[in-house]
Amino acid sequence: MRSNLETEAPTLEAGAVTMLPRLFRVQRYLQETDDTFTLELAPLDDGAPCAFAPGQFNMLYVFGVGEVPISISGDPDKPGVLVHTTRAVGTVTKVMARLRRGDVIGVRGPYGTPWPVDQAEGNDVVIVAGGIGLAPLRPALYRLLARRDQFGKVVLLYGTRTPEDILYRKELERWRARFDVDVYVTVDRATAPWRGSVGVVTHLIPKAPFDPLSAVALICGPEIMMRFSVLELEKRGVAANRMFVSLERNMKCGVGTCGHCQFGPAFVCREGPVFAYDRVRDWLAVREV
Amino acid sequence: METLERVLSEHAFFAGMDPEYVHLLVGCASNVRFEAGSFIFRQGEEARHFYLIRQGKAALEMAPPNRPPMMIQTVSEGDVLGWSWLIPPHRWRFDARALELTRAFAMDGACLREKCGQDPRLGYELLRRFSSIIAERLEATCLQLMDVYAIQS
Repeated sequence: MRSNLETEAPTLEAGAVTMLPRLFRVQRYLQETDDTFTLELAPLDDGAPCAFAPGQFNMLYVFGVGEVPISISGDPDKPGVLVHTTRAVGTVTKVMARLRRGDVIGVRGPYGTPWPVDQAEGNDVVIVAGGIGLAPLRPALYRLLARRDQFGKVVLLYGTRTPEDILYRKELERWRARFDVDVYVTVDRATAPWRGSVGVVTHLIPKAPFDPLSAVALICGPEIMMRFSVLELEKRGVAANRMFVSLERNMKCGVGTCGHCQFGPAFVCREGPVFAYDRVRDWLAVREV
Repeated sequence: METLERVLSEHAFFAGMDPEYVHLLVGCASNVRFEAGSFIFRQGEEARHFYLIRQGKAALEMAPPNRPPMMIQTVSEGDVLGWSWLIPPHRWRFDARALELTRAFAMDGACLREKCGQDPRLGYELLRRFSSIIAERLEATCLQLMDVYAIQS
């Protein structure tokens, strides 16, 4: 077991900071669920491939509408195409949902701190995802599976609202069919055709097959879901400095200049979005922050 | 009986329980199985048992009028199903249906209440275990009611 995990998540490489958007063309549009979609983007220039670390995000600019931070949800080992999954909830993402193959979009990034995948080598890794929170965790899972022999058990616990809201359904089925990853899916509510689990995602934690003393937990979803997941993981015996959460705040500049995403002493866009839980624990409980 | 006692003591609900009490409770236990789709209990019926799931999966359901039955929670191996046996008027508040072939221990409520009445320490032990389960379910219900995955306006 590696001991250097007991530090905070790695920080952004200095060279990645830029304010100038690159132009990307929509190569593929996928409707994932009723309100969630995936864009696959290819650069229009002949510049560098879109290298990123799992957990990082880009600022996506819909021309004439606005710019929003969206986590990267593709495979970090396939940097030729940028993949973003998001939900049509605000002014920008609702217009973004109408983009189709061939449309052009601006991209700045990648920004932010990544999931500590490399630091988790030799340990069990438990991923707790809620709703759209699976999207920022998917690159971490790709990386874990690509280097599968370097980790202990890999467990994915995924909760969402209804069976219709399950993201990446076919991929989940493929992962579930593997013998080297444990996948558990639950929904908050369901009617008769559903044969899977019903209940909140925290309900999956007590029985999940991982060693709490050696496990590293990567958690992403609505903040309340993350808070209760952390409590349940602590009950299992996972230490606070081995749990990592991805926070969402009102990010505007993406580089820690504008201050919109200030969270206690940190800027989420620059020092996050991935934080070691012990670093943000006290702030998460403060409703005014 | 000895085999039933051993298997019973291995269920998560009895983890750490004084073997003497497990021995006492075996007298209230029986092995049951439910085929996929069959009801384990139905809302309004007398709650005579609670169930320790050994294998399979069952759903707690509520059937509102003119709407399809809504699954509230599923339980599987290691879980406990039902606490209405403990709380008057001892009537089930929900339906429970096996989603797949489900094997369980049925614990006789009247038998348990009698033993708890005779030995308050056993009563406390059982209540302590059930209150943890009830608290967990209450917390889970709060989260479900908050609908945390819904789009925030």
